[in-house]
Amino acid sequence: MCGIVGLYLKNDALENKLGELFEPMLISMTDRGPDSAGFAIYGDEVQEGWLKLTLRHHEEGFDWSTLTDQIATALQCEADWMSNANVAVLKVKADEAAVREWLSAHYSEVLILSAGASIEILKEVGLPENISSKFSLSGMEGSHIIGHTRMATESAVTMEGSHPFSTGSDLCLVHNGSLSNHNRLRENLKREGITFETENDSEVAAGYLTWRLNEGDSLKEALESALNDLDGFFTFTIGTKNGFAVMRDPIACKPAVLAETDDYVAMASEYQALASLPGIENAKVWEPEPATFYIWERH
Amino acid sequence: MNTFDLTNNTVTELNHALHAQKGNVSQADWTVTNPKGSHNLAVGLDEALNVDIHGHAGYFCAGMNKTANITVHGNVGQGVAENMMSGVVRVKGDASQAAGATAHGGLLVIEGNAGARCGISMKGIDIVVKGSVGHMSCFMGQSGSLVVCGDAGDALGDSLYEVHIYIKGEVKSLGADCIEKEMRDEHLTELAALLEKAGVDEDPASFKRYGSARELYTFKVDNASAY
Amino acid sequence: MSNDTHNPSLRESATFDRSTMAEIRRAAETGIYDIRGFGAKRKLPHFDDLLFLGASMSRYPLEGYRETCNTSVTLGTRFAKKPIELDIPVTIAGMSFGALSANAKEALGRGASIAGTSTTTGDGGMTPEERGQSKKLVYQYLPSRYGMNPDDLRKADAIEVVLGQGAKPGGGGMLLGQKITDRVAKMRNLPKGIDQRSACRHPDWTGPDDLAIKILELREITDWQVPIYIKVGATRTYYDVKLAVKAGADVIVVDGMQGGTAATQDVFIEHVGIPTLAAIPQAVQALQEMGMHRKVQLIVSGGIRNGADVAKCMALGADAVAIGTAALVALGCNDPKWDDEFKKIGSAAGYYDDYQEGKDPAGISTQDPELMKRLDPVDAGRRLANYLRVLTLEAQTLARACGKNDLRNLEPEDLVALTVESAAMARVPLAGTSWVPGQQF
Repeated sequence: MCGIVGLYLKNDALENKLGELFEPMLISMTDRGPDSAGFAIYGDEVQEGWLKLTLRHHEEGFDWSTLTDQIATALQCEADWMSNANVAVLKVKADEAAVREWLSAHYSEVLILSAGASIEILKEVGLPENISSKFSLSGMEGSHIIGHTRMATESAVTMEGSHPFSTGSDLCLVHNGSLSNHNRLRENLKREGITFETENDSEVAAGYLTWRLNEGDSLKEALESALNDLDGFFTFTIGTKNGFAVMRDPIACKPAVLAETDDYVAMASEYQALASLPGIENAKVWEPEPATFYIWERH
Repeated sequence: MNTFDLTNNTVTELNHALHAQKGNVSQADWTVTNPKGSHNLAVGLDEALNVDIHGHAGYFCAGMNKTANITVHGNVGQGVAENMMSGVVRVKGDASQAAGATAHGGLLVIEGNAGARCGISMKGIDIVVKGSVGHMSCFMGQSGSLVVCGDAGDALGDSLYEVHIYIKGEVKSLGADCIEKEMRDEHLTELAALLEKAGVDEDPASFKRYGSARELYTFKVDNASAY
Repeated sequence: MSNDTHNPSLRESATFDRSTMAEIRRAAETGIYDIRGFGAKRKLPHFDDLLFLGASMSRYPLEGYRETCNTSVTLGTRFAKKPIELDIPVTIAGMSFGALSANAKEALGRGASIAGTSTTTGDGGMTPEERGQSKKLVYQYLPSRYGMNPDDLRKADAIEVVLGQGAKPGGGGMLLGQKITDRVAKMRNLPKGIDQRSACRHPDWTGPDDLAIKILELREITDWQVPIYIKVGATRTYYDVKLAVKAGADVIVVDGMQGGTAATQDVFIEHVGIPTLAAIPQAVQALQEMGMHRKVQLIVSGGIRNGADVAKCMALGADAVAIGTAALVALGCNDPKWDDEFKKIGSAAGYYDDYQEGKDPAGISTQDPELMKRLDPVDAGRRLANYLRVLTLEAQTLARACGKNDLRNLEPEDLVALTVESAAMARVPLAGTSWVPGQQF
């Protein structure tokens, strides 16, 4: 039960203002989700052969520099890092599986929030306002961003249970609603090799998409099969490397509104999250249809 | 004319000011600016006030309206004019889902499109939509009329009671117990009056009428698949 | 069961007993599920399985009559400008005009007002009889919104947003055609004589995030005057209570599976929900974790019959209880004096069966004008008031025995359980032990 917001820029000139435009959108959804908040921002893409990870350690002053040096030595690769509060963005010129294996062997307490070429996921327990300010959201740059404010239903209020959930390389998902068949599905997905950090229903939706994409589905195919296999109520927004996708379940009770101008496409649970965007008065504003998905991607 | 700018005032202050007119109208005309999608604007009005909202409104705008004449110059969120008793609510833009839900009376005009469940459980209101309506519109509708100049989504009029439904465009599918019915003279007259009241220029003869087959009114085992 | 046969060589199956087989035959005959009124009839762990530890040496009891034991309670202190002040912590649960006759609704109002407590409307709107006779009236806001209107909303002393009830959490209702008389049909805007289907979800919001906005709408319409309750059927109570707090409730009503209904599927009544006993500790835990226990008040209903049940609910952490079935019995429902007439409609007094078809001989759950006349609202109201006084006196007796000068000072530590099941559900030790099953040590 939550608020969802997303902003995808069509006009490159606005990229240095992405965080500034997005922050009020996220904060306006505080009433829908006062428990935790998070966002996935896409930008600062690494070069071919490099991997970008967002890592989190529970301690603010964690020594990321040493970790980076160690991984560079161990995997004999180039590596770089920058930290933001207790989260770090690690860039390594190495294979993802090798990096994950090394991290879990040497720093099992470090959580990998995202992996890809462009994605960074930042999320935390608390009010959206505090999380925006903790990670200095307003100064961030990028091409697109999706965010979430959470009103926890059944699973615990934790950082791990916060959205967005990573669903594979440069992919993530945010959810508003409540799935009703996630427990059995989680067991099935575990047998397929998907791992879960929480009892959260939305994480199962994310894991489901990860599984379908691993099996070779396109995003479109994965979403089509999600409509058949997920039971309950959902509005999803999915961040992709080049854009984002929006989908509602066939009953379509959970709200969603989309807006498009020449400069951007924006998505939110409620119109008030869009009200601060420039040119919104003249935007095309509409609601997504049930059991239909909408994908915007730059090519 | 009283202008209420929601940049400087809260929704509660707006509603208080409008409610204070009850029984003693000193200001009949109100303009609301900068709503920016706020919820619960002009709810529970109970006087012949004219309220113009400039911009988009959030959920439950004009909820439970009685007598007042409320116009939104923009879009509205979920449940516009929900449970309205009387008066007129006009939306210049689009309406989200559950427009006019459970409303007992009055007239709701949506000049754009309405989302899913338009007129759900309606109990006597007249709803005129210039554009199209989404799926499950008029679900469990009890009485009143729904006029749609565009198309209707899936499962129109599911589990319908006695609402008169008039659709000009395509109906994607009919819900359980909803059937197309003959358009008789009294229906043409009723529809013409509704279109005129709503200020919509359409030919009544170009609409089709839908209503309840009344097969679900008392339980019959042969209808079990419809439940 | 088997007292009509004395042949000891005939053994009835526990699995396929005769009532089970009768139901199979009935289903095969009619092709429709059994619809009935009342709550769960199966045996469930209940308050009878709990006992109080009266004071003796380590604690001192209070003297009855001389040393006071407060029973008053204020509901809706979180946001409402006008919270509800009750003299006793026993309220009358929501029951609809339509399911009940106008006389029965009036009698409930009369009895509750004499005793200093509130009554609640139901799925069918507010009748003038009920408003007129109820000093404190809670107006239910239900999925169907039958009879819902802003004038009555503003007349209410509190608004109860109903998400579900203990008899059928997740389901809508079903009122059979025989009860849809002219007056009921008019209040509900329905054709006369049809079987009415009630929705299971609210039409214009789904989920706690949207409910938060709906509650604000109701507050705006009523200028923040009256408390907003949220009523849920007991299932995932721990989560539901937390979400009700987040959505902005002033008061939360938790209705266990023994709670009654006018009519719904038997399979629903007997197989969905959790016992009242199991729901209370979950609700209280949720409130305590949020720092909201006693700030958002908790009303518990479902199978409350006597003052001991009231006191046990309070000891487990409720601020008040609500009664439905017991109140109807107090009015005269299912009185054996009507047994001959019950037999004529194929039932028997005390079984609460089949009279959702609208022929209640006691004139309570009926719309038949002749049957209705059998219930004198003044007399029945007095009986209800007497009963409410007994509940209160009994609860006070137990509280004093435990040394409490206020019913709400009863604690779980004043209770022990007789069975392992009730100990686990109520989270109190098995009598004579310090063992609370399911608790980590």
